[in-house]
Amino acid sequence: MKPPVTEFARHKQRNAKRNRLRNFAQPMMVFVLRGRTNPKMKRTALLLAIFSCLSFSSVAKEAQPSAADPVLEERVMKLSKELRCLVCQNETLADSRADLAEDLRGQIREQMKAGKSDKEIIAYLTDRYGKFILYNPPVDPTTYLLWFGPFILLLAGLALLFRYLKQRKELITEQPLSADERRRAEALLKTIPGKKVA
Amino acid sequence: MTRFVIPLVLFIALIVFLAIGLRHDPHEVPSPLINKPAPAFQLAQLREPSKRFSAEEMRGKVWLLNVWASWCITCRDEHPLLLEYARSKALPIYGLNYKDKREDALSWLGELGDPYVLSVSDLDGRVGIDYGVYGAPETYLIDRNGVIRFKQVGPVTPDIWEQKILPLAKELNK
Repeated sequence: MKPPVTEFARHKQRNAKRNRLRNFAQPMMVFVLRGRTNPKMKRTALLLAIFSCLSFSSVAKEAQPSAADPVLEERVMKLSKELRCLVCQNETLADSRADLAEDLRGQIREQMKAGKSDKEIIAYLTDRYGKFILYNPPVDPTTYLLWFGPFILLLAGLALLFRYLKQRKELITEQPLSADERRRAEALLKTIPGKKVA
Repeated sequence: MTRFVIPLVLFIALIVFLAIGLRHDPHEVPSPLINKPAPAFQLAQLREPSKRFSAEEMRGKVWLLNVWASWCITCRDEHPLLLEYARSKALPIYGLNYKDKREDALSWLGELGDPYVLSVSDLDGRVGIDYGVYGAPETYLIDRNGVIRFKQVGPVTPDIWEQKILPLAKELNK
């Protein structure tokens, strides 16, 4: 099946645009710096290149908070960091530039303005998008394996290791030779020329 | 003997897990809205913005709500299928025109045909958020009591139409 998410396609498109800018700026810098110009020109070119990069990097910046109310924005961004963007699943809502992420941040902002607590807002979002929207998976029966699986594996590994070590210890403890074995060993050693039995 | 059997069993288990993992589409997130009442909305109709349409009006009917937009590339793939499904008259299909411009949406319908009984305009995407929309096209099957019974993220392929939606709709229409 084709990936259904066209939001995702839009997101990629936007990234491509951003990369085009970057791909343009960097070769330009190399071109200018390698050119046969005198040191003064070179310095100017370098400064220009740096400035152009700076301005491009501000284009490429992650989701911009609106500067209206810095305290509110900080709260929005803090909560957004705990939520997943459903379009680009490995990003948080705070990092994502997808349209949906912007809308959801808008929703969070609006609800915070209306005096809702973080808990209420998280409930609002999980009611609609499910627990998947939580960037930190909650500890509940569906995630027990995720949370405790590694420890179970660790314990199982330790148990196996101890069993193996115990067996190995039994194997390598010195077993004194019986009288018969000793005689045979001596007989064998005598067959080696030039060796004397101690 | 166990020397070989244990690694072999572990290896097969690993392969099984990987195979299951490969078949999972990570973009398909289970919706918490299944078997819950469809969120209420009242939105302007796309063709006649002075008229409004609400999900309440569909009480007593089994129907499909299809989330679409003219900017949505996969919707274009899905569109001819929707036209076909609409022609079969198995289920009424309503459209939620998600975060679109009215004129773009209308010219899209004019160009490609209109499978919808009617579409409503969700200009700011608020209703979309209420329905947990994250990747158009999305389609909801809603029963007589206004409860969402099935959700498809991505195009409603002929397989899904025939094996999931039609049987379920038949049962719900009994």
